[in-house]
Amino acid sequence: MTESPFDNNIIQPEKHSSLFWTVSDSWVLAKRSIMHITRNLDQLFAAFLFPMMFFLLFRYVFAGAIDTGDLSYVNFLVAGILVQMLAFGANYTTMNLAIDLQRGIVNRFRSLPIARSALLTGHVTSDLVRNMISVLIVIGVSFLVGFVPTAGPVEWVLIFGLAMLFSLAISWISAIMGLLVKSVEAAQWTGFIVIFPLTFVSAAFVPPDTMPEPLQFFADNQPLTQVIDAIRAWLVGTPIGNSGWLAFAWCVGIIIISMPVATWLFKRQTS
Amino acid sequence: MSLAGTDKSEELFHSSLMDKHDPLTKDAIEVKGLKKSYKNIKVLDGIDFVIKRGTVLALLGPNGAGKTTTVNILSTLLLPDDGQALINGFDVVKQACKIRSIIGLTGQYAALDEYLTGRENLHMIGRLYRLSYQDIQRRTQELLELFDLVNASNRAVKTYSGGMRRRLDLAVSLIASPPVIFLDEPTTGLDPRSRLIMWDIIKQLVSTGTTILLTTQDMDEADHLADRIVVINGGKVIAEGTSDDLKQRVGSDRLEIKVAESSNFDEAKMVVKEENGLYSDSKRRILSLVANGGVHQLKQVLECMDDAGIEIENISFHSPTLDDVFLTLTGHTTEQINGEIKEQQQEVKKQ
Repeated sequence: MTESPFDNNIIQPEKHSSLFWTVSDSWVLAKRSIMHITRNLDQLFAAFLFPMMFFLLFRYVFAGAIDTGDLSYVNFLVAGILVQMLAFGANYTTMNLAIDLQRGIVNRFRSLPIARSALLTGHVTSDLVRNMISVLIVIGVSFLVGFVPTAGPVEWVLIFGLAMLFSLAISWISAIMGLLVKSVEAAQWTGFIVIFPLTFVSAAFVPPDTMPEPLQFFADNQPLTQVIDAIRAWLVGTPIGNSGWLAFAWCVGIIIISMPVATWLFKRQTS
Repeated sequence: MSLAGTDKSEELFHSSLMDKHDPLTKDAIEVKGLKKSYKNIKVLDGIDFVIKRGTVLALLGPNGAGKTTTVNILSTLLLPDDGQALINGFDVVKQACKIRSIIGLTGQYAALDEYLTGRENLHMIGRLYRLSYQDIQRRTQELLELFDLVNASNRAVKTYSGGMRRRLDLAVSLIASPPVIFLDEPTTGLDPRSRLIMWDIIKQLVSTGTTILLTTQDMDEADHLADRIVVINGGKVIAEGTSDDLKQRVGSDRLEIKVAESSNFDEAKMVVKEENGLYSDSKRRILSLVANGGVHQLKQVLECMDDAGIEIENISFHSPTLDDVFLTLTGHTTEQINGEIKEQQQEVKKQ
């Protein structure tokens, strides 16, 4: 007998463990967000051109005015640019989540039998993919403008590992912001007012010891500086101090706290 | 076009009528005393209705009546403040997970991914319903063909027209063949042709035994598609019955008389004061009454007006609209009701 296209008998789902489906749901939605990277050309250009512009401006406009001692400015700058780019790139979760919430597609996802965290995990994962591509591009360009790293294979692994972890940490914070903002416009500027001061009041572009004392204290102790100092140490061999393990600790700590908070916020909106 | 009731599709639909599964409960949806408030505004103030398995119920009401809130509670997007709702015997609050795998939701705004193609949207939702890849492939192809979207299937949804979006949106919610479907204003904002296509699809869907809860502001739509109509207003059920029941109360057709500027409107009103279901709109100078006497009634009314020396600018028949239903049932037009809701909301904001 031919089956009707509107056959009223529900199609039985595949049988798997709930863990399998949590991973599968997250992966399906991650794939969706990753496809957006190449299809939403406006966002693609913004994501890659913005850090490149900063990189070239600092490399050629400010380089002469900033004293980084024995280290050439371009060698100093690459770690800062990488971390700034990761922070801005991870902020797309805020915007894309706000867009989803506004367009109503979230209601469809909520009406499906899926893991509640899957949509958030999807956006965070696509940030991670975009950020890793950006890292490769920035490092590629940096060689063209005079960057000479001293990193060996172990250091490169550490650099990529920390970059991924840092991207995840910022993305999960972005997810919280995306769930709290009321509009896409608000999502756009929240990222800027949080990430701009954090990246500038850090060791990204200038050594913090040139800053006024309160700023210097903040710059020395905030997580971005730890991440920047660690990556810089692995890239060009500056002294690492405690930055290596502090950077990992900060990122893991942020993820452990912000992941459940974001998921709880997302669930709470069903009331 | 494949969906317009061709022999092939009819045959397909009939085959499934034979294998209706054994019902666990007679009613697919049972709603008892459902209440929901936002801040101080009561959006739902004790809604009750049941939908028999395999039938269509239309929730008819103006903007702000509580239609979307009801659908959102039934599709587990919102928690009710009070009352109970069961779908196939499952509680929407306590067994939300079970319900999510047996319902399909087509919201008021197409909930599609703009950057993915039609096919990718179907695949994505199919996998989120946790179907096997085999089932997803088969259903995707079936639905694309049935909804006349094969040619557009590999284009991004952002290039689709409004009618195509609605069709894809409905197709997406049918990917797992759920036995219960919610359609929240499925034709609002569509052009007449796309609207007829949607109606056709919905009718075919009904013929397979799917239970449908449809919301609409359009009396005509409810009349065409629904087995039963529940009229809601201000979060309360104000009338319930078949389309014929409601029409009997409202009058099957309306006779509308526009009184000329040169004549006294109140005098004209006196002439027809004995007529059934009379209401008057002095601003637009319109008298509306139940048209149950055909040509005879028309002739009589015209003669009486003539005798009273009243000039008539225009006279017309039309089928009852939502406005007529509301005027008869509540004594208010839907516009007035919307106005009242806005006033209430503004008061809450001031507080």
